[in-house]
Amino acid sequence: TKPVAKTINNCLIFLPFGYAADIISTVEFNYSGELLATGDKGGRVVIFQREQESKNRLLSRGEYNVYSTFQSHEPEFDYLKSLEIEEKINKIRWLPQQNAAHFLLSANDKTIKLWKISERDKRAEGYNLKDEDGRLRDPFRITTLRVPVLMPMDLMVEASPRRIFANAHTYHINSISVNSDYETYLSADDLRINLWHLEITDRSFNIVDIKPANMEELTEVITAAECHPHQCNVFVYSSSKGTIRLCDMRAAALCDRHSKFFEEPEDPSSRSFFSEIISSISDVKFSHSGRYMMTRDYLSVKVWDLNMENRPVETYQVHEYLRSKLCSLYENDCIFDKFECCWNGSDSAIMTGSYNNFFRMFDRNTRRDITLEASRENSKPRAMLKPRKVCTGGKRKKDEISVDSLDFNKKILHTAWHPKENVIAVAATNNLYIFQDKVN
Amino acid sequence: MACCQSRRKTPPPSAVHCRSWLLLAALCNLCWRGRRSSSFTIKPGLQTLMTLAIKEHEQHERLEKLKTLFGLPVNKAKLTSQRTRLKNQNGFHLCRLGREVYTFVSTSRMSGSLLNMFSKGTKRKFSDGDEEISDESLVGARVASSYSLQRQSLLDMSLIKLQLCHMLVEPNLCRSVLIANTVRQIQEEMTHDGSWHMVAEAFCSAGQSPSERLVATEVLCRSREQDAEPKLFSVISYEGCREEEVVADETLCSVSVSDTVSNVCLAGRIGQCWEKSELSGVERDEEALEDSRLGSGEDEEIDTKDRASTESPKTIGQVFGTFEIKNGSPGPDSALEELFSDVDTSYYDLDTMLTGMQSAPKMGPYDILDSLAPSHSSPSIVSTPNCRSDLNELDHIMEIIVGS
Repeated sequence: TKPVAKTINNCLIFLPFGYAADIISTVEFNYSGELLATGDKGGRVVIFQREQESKNRLLSRGEYNVYSTFQSHEPEFDYLKSLEIEEKINKIRWLPQQNAAHFLLSANDKTIKLWKISERDKRAEGYNLKDEDGRLRDPFRITTLRVPVLMPMDLMVEASPRRIFANAHTYHINSISVNSDYETYLSADDLRINLWHLEITDRSFNIVDIKPANMEELTEVITAAECHPHQCNVFVYSSSKGTIRLCDMRAAALCDRHSKFFEEPEDPSSRSFFSEIISSISDVKFSHSGRYMMTRDYLSVKVWDLNMENRPVETYQVHEYLRSKLCSLYENDCIFDKFECCWNGSDSAIMTGSYNNFFRMFDRNTRRDITLEASRENSKPRAMLKPRKVCTGGKRKKDEISVDSLDFNKKILHTAWHPKENVIAVAATNNLYIFQDKVN
Repeated sequence: MACCQSRRKTPPPSAVHCRSWLLLAALCNLCWRGRRSSSFTIKPGLQTLMTLAIKEHEQHERLEKLKTLFGLPVNKAKLTSQRTRLKNQNGFHLCRLGREVYTFVSTSRMSGSLLNMFSKGTKRKFSDGDEEISDESLVGARVASSYSLQRQSLLDMSLIKLQLCHMLVEPNLCRSVLIANTVRQIQEEMTHDGSWHMVAEAFCSAGQSPSERLVATEVLCRSREQDAEPKLFSVISYEGCREEEVVADETLCSVSVSDTVSNVCLAGRIGQCWEKSELSGVERDEEALEDSRLGSGEDEEIDTKDRASTESPKTIGQVFGTFEIKNGSPGPDSALEELFSDVDTSYYDLDTMLTGMQSAPKMGPYDILDSLAPSHSSPSIVSTPNCRSDLNELDHIMEIIVGS
C-alpha cells in the first residue's frame, strides 16, 4: 500500500451525493469495505455498494451507488414518561459476512435492531399450483409434477429485521460494538452497558452500571464504549470526565471495577471553567491491531497505548484555535458536539471532523496533518482537494479562513475510513462525500 | 392556566430579579412610554428582552448614582466616564440601533441563539460622563470585577441552559451533567473567594456548613425519569410542573393584555403572581411600602423592613432545592391574570436563584437592591445594607411603566 502521506495529498473527490433527505447521523463501512451504511435522523438506513472495478476505464475505481434503503426505526412514544423516542439512528455496526446476506445492527436511543440485507436476483417460475387468476387450484386437479425453474430477475435488495433488542436501556444508547467472537455485542447508554447475544432478544447482561444510588450525585456519564478487536473479553468505555476504563469480563460478572484506567493529568495552566467539558470524550476507537486506542475530546485526538495508562502516546490538536472561543461555543451549545474519529486500515493515519465542513487527517508516522473541506462549492468532481488552513490571528493570507468566519452549523461529526483502501466517507450534515486517493 | 400547580416553599431571596423577569413578560405586550414621553410598542421576542436588559442596565446606572449620593458602596468599575468597549470572551458589545433601542452584537458572529440574549456579556458603558473617577484605582477593580462578571455571566448562562434543557424531547443527560458540573465548579470557586459566604450569610439560618450550601446536589437538570426515582435530578425541581417548564419567547410574548391596566394594579399583582403564603410578608411589605411612598412617614417603612428581614432568610438548600412554583391566585383583575397566566414562572425562579448567588457588593447587570435602602427616604435609613426593600424596585418599575 502506498504511504499515507502521499495519499493524503492526492485525494480527489469521487462523488458528492445529494443526500438531502435528512441529517446523517452515522456512517460505517462493512468489513470488506464493499458496503457503506449511513443512518439518518429520520430513522432511515441507506446502504451504498461499491461497483466492481472496470478494467476498461482507466483511473477509475469502483464508485459507490445506492444499494438499499429502508426505514430502520420509527418514532415512538413512551407513554410512561410522556416522552418521544427519537427515531434517529445513533450507530450502525456491521457484522462480518458469513453467507450471501449482510447483517448490520442499527440502534436508536432505545432499541437495537439486527437487519438482514439480502439480494434476490432470481425468481422461481413455473408453478402449476395456481390458476391464471391467482387462485389456488384444487389439489385433485393437479395431475403433473412440475419443478419450478429459477429465472433471472432484476436485482432486488431486501432488508428485513431479524432481531429486535428492546427495553434494555433507560437512557439514550450512544454506542454499540460487535464482539470479536461474532456472537455477542455490547450496547452502552449514558449510565449502563449491556452485553447481548445476537440470538437472544429477551434478555441481556448488564456489565457496567455507574448509576449512583442518588441521582443527584451524578457527575459522570458514559460517552462511548467499544469491544476489543481481538480479545473478546476486553472492552473499554469512556466518560464525560475524560477518562477511559478498560474492563475484563473474565474478572467479574459486573465490570464496575476497571482493569485499567486511562487518564491524562490535567495541565493546571490551562484550567478554565470549560476544562471538564472539553475533556469529555466523544468517541473511542481501538486500532485495528488492538494495541492502541484513540479518543476524541473536543479539541484534540489522543492515541493511547493500552499498556500505558498515565498519558497518551500521541496527541493531535484538531482545532486549537477554538480554545479562546470556548465561551461562545458553550453558549451556542457547540461545545457539546460529539465528534467521531477513525483509523485507516493500517493504523498509520487517523481522521476526524471539525467545523465549517472541515475534516482533518493526521499521519502518525510523519506527524503531518492536513485539513480538507467537504463542500460542493469548493470542489469539482474528480478534482484534487485543496488543503485548507485556518488563520488564527494576525494577517490573513489568501485562501486562509479566519476563525471568526467559520460556520459552526456546518460540522462534520461522522467520518469513516475504508478498512483496506484509502477511501473515506465524510458526512456533512445531510450530504455524504466519498473521497479516495488518486490512482497514479 | 398554564402556570405550574405546585407550591413553592421559599420566597425569592431578592424580589428584584423576579420583578425584572415579570417585567419582561409584562412589557412584551404593553405599550409603554419611555422617559422622553415617546411611546413605542415593544416587539415581542429577542428585541424586547434586549431592550429590557438595556433598560435594566440604565436603571442600574441611575441606582449607582443614587447610591453615590447617599454614600453607599458603589460598584465603581461600572461607572466610568469613558465609552470603553469592554468585550468579554464572547466579544459581545452593545450596539445602539436607534433611540432607546439597543441590541447585542456578537463580534464573532458565532451564534444568534436566544441564549446570547440571556448571557450578560460585559456591556459598553453609556454613561453620561458625569463621574470623574481616577483611572488607576479602577484598573485593578475593573480586572477583578471583569473576571467576576464573566464568571457570573457564565453561571447565569449555565443555569439557563439547565432550565432550557426541559424543552428537549428528553434532555441529553451528558450535556446536563456537564453543565451542572460547571455550575458546581463556579460555585465552589465563589465559595473560596468568599463571595459565596456573603450570600450564605444573608440566607442561612444557623448551623449550616458552607459545603451544605453548595448547590451541588440540587442544581441538576431534571431528567424526565420516572422509573423508581421520582426525583432524579432536582433542580429547581418542579414537582408536577413538567409540561410548563418550557420557556420560549413565544410564551413570553403570546399574552395579550389591554392597555387600560392600571399601574398600581400591576404592581400589586406582581406580588400575587408569586405564591401567596410565603410571600405574604413581602406582599404586605409591598403594599405597606407603597402606602408609605404615597405619603406616610418613616415608621411604617422601618416596620416593614423588619418584617422583611426576618422573613427572608432561608437556607440555600431551601432556596435551590425545592423551588416550586405555586399557582398564582386569581385576582380581580382578569386581564392581568391573563397576562401572567401563560408566563412560565420557572424563569423567575431561576433568576431568583441567580440573585441568590450574587454577593451584595458585586452587582450583576441585573442589580440587586439588597444593599440599597429606599433612596428617596431620609438618609438615616441608609445604613441597613442587608435589608431587602422592595420599595425602590417598585419605584423603578412604576417609573418605567408610567414614564414619569
